[in-house]
Amino acid sequence: MAEKISNKSVLFNPFSKNNPVVVQILGICSVLAVTAKLEPAIVMGLSVIVVLAFSNVIISLIRNTIPTNIRIIVQLVVVAGLVVIVNQLLLAYAYDVAKQLSVFIGLIITNCILMGRLEAFAMSNRPWPAFLDGIGNGIGYSIILIIVGFFRELLGSGTLLGMRVVPQSFYDHGYANNGLMILPPMALIIVACIIWVQRSLNPELNEEN
Amino acid sequence: MKPIKKLLDKTRHHFEPGGRLHAFHSVFDGMETFLFTPNTTSKSGVHIHDAIDSKRVMIIVVLALMPCLLFGMYNTGYQHWVATGASEMPFWSLMLYGFLAVLPKIAVSYIVGLGIEFTVAQWRKEEIQEGFLVTGILIPLICPVATPLWMIAVATAFSVIFVKEVFGGTGYNIFNVALVTRAFLFFAYPAKMSGDQVFVATDSIAGLGSGGVVDGFTGATPLGQVATQAGQQAITITDTMGHDLSTWDMFLGLIPGSFGETSTLAILIGAAILLFTGIASWRIVCSVFAGGAVMAFIAHHFATPLYPASMLSVADQLCLGGFAFAAVFMATDPVTAARTKTGKYIYGFLVGAIAIIIRTYNNGYPEGAMLAVLLMNAFAPLIDWCVVEANARRRRKRAIIANPSTDLTEK
Repeated sequence: MAEKISNKSVLFNPFSKNNPVVVQILGICSVLAVTAKLEPAIVMGLSVIVVLAFSNVIISLIRNTIPTNIRIIVQLVVVAGLVVIVNQLLLAYAYDVAKQLSVFIGLIITNCILMGRLEAFAMSNRPWPAFLDGIGNGIGYSIILIIVGFFRELLGSGTLLGMRVVPQSFYDHGYANNGLMILPPMALIIVACIIWVQRSLNPELNEEN
Repeated sequence: MKPIKKLLDKTRHHFEPGGRLHAFHSVFDGMETFLFTPNTTSKSGVHIHDAIDSKRVMIIVVLALMPCLLFGMYNTGYQHWVATGASEMPFWSLMLYGFLAVLPKIAVSYIVGLGIEFTVAQWRKEEIQEGFLVTGILIPLICPVATPLWMIAVATAFSVIFVKEVFGGTGYNIFNVALVTRAFLFFAYPAKMSGDQVFVATDSIAGLGSGGVVDGFTGATPLGQVATQAGQQAITITDTMGHDLSTWDMFLGLIPGSFGETSTLAILIGAAILLFTGIASWRIVCSVFAGGAVMAFIAHHFATPLYPASMLSVADQLCLGGFAFAAVFMATDPVTAARTKTGKYIYGFLVGAIAIIIRTYNNGYPEGAMLAVLLMNAFAPLIDWCVVEANARRRRKRAIIANPSTDLTEK
């Protein structure tokens, strides 16, 4: 068992100091794919929080009975089961968003954040810290998703959550939406900017040259 | 110059360590070395190859761009006068109109670009680099004349920060800064960067020229017209009033297009300056044209109505659009091009060939020179690496043949 970490730091570290996206650079693919609009970004973030928290708990509960050589398969089965449940819930209650997210909900299974947390934390910790770790990392992931989605939708479509925010008078005076924001490269550049800001604020994250 | 020198000497002590304005010493240094020869020059040393420094290189490139700039002004005025149906073409009015059309763009691109450069240099406590001198004038030259100023400002800021400064400033950029500005504009604001509304200035500027275009006017560029003619057996290219254009017209450049890149003649004058002074690599320039010519010949040989641009002749392909401009001023950027001799041939040839491929076989992009140069910018280091490795391998083999007992296996 790893050294004792307080439950508080397990929950809050992933928000910033140990953020799964901008520090560990995990789950970048889904950040590119679902952040063109804010709404799918939020739903995706919530789904990841739920799946990550509960798969962490389940794996933590059965961690002593899983044979080591098939542990990855067991983890995948647990995650897949939860993803199917989330997907069905979304199809039932938020059909439009589910259509937009399409394959990316299913691909939560392959999100590196999940496998990373299950392997690194849930396999060696008790259920309650594992649950907090799942919530913390899910929120850390969602924060980045929401920041990126916010800027991409605001600058790319002039809307937020589908509502028009940039007033019509701007457009009348020659303002135009930035089409590049809708394209995936801008998601990478915004993530890069977040990394830039974060490392300037936390110099201890900078690698030695 | 005397009073300026006096002023600089008088205020110098403020900028030296301990002075009140020491924080701004890089701005001071930049201004001083821009206007005068610096006090401290290298007196000896094996590293001095030449009297030339990067400031002088930049100035000569700017000079080489002057024919394009002047012709662009004339052409902008000319296209406006044609579009408004004027019968006489007073030369100085045309020039003044074009000058007024381009001046704000040059000002915006320099203010934004240099502003960021100065700020970053100040922040990092480095000397101000002169790299933006050329970029700042290239940007207005490769944009349509009707590009809104704020778009140029946004694109320039994006490009200078994310293409140049984050990689370490002048000399470290992977991609050509001016072309990324153009690419940003193209992908972010496609409606303002293509089509038939943006390449001819139709408003009057400061009372010059008259607003309102005559009937029958169409502002599409030759390549823009070609791209819309898919499926036809023969393509027609006309000027804005519907008269047919010959290859000679395309060479001279009195056609709608981005500000400074319409006239192949003006570009060739600039090319002559760059090649004569040895600043641009003739290997790159020649191989870009060779690559373009070969690919255009192949495309023309297999011409099909499905891809209307394949029906253009080789000469038309080389004269139209931004091809010549990219060959002379973009592909030759010493920072982003390949650096080995063999590498330059490969790099240039591929730039030319890919430009024509994109232009011909993708009807969605009427012009491919920009994307071709950016793509090859990304591949230039790989080309260089292969060339260097091949050379090392050849020499290793030669050494083994000369002296078989030596063990020269890899490392």
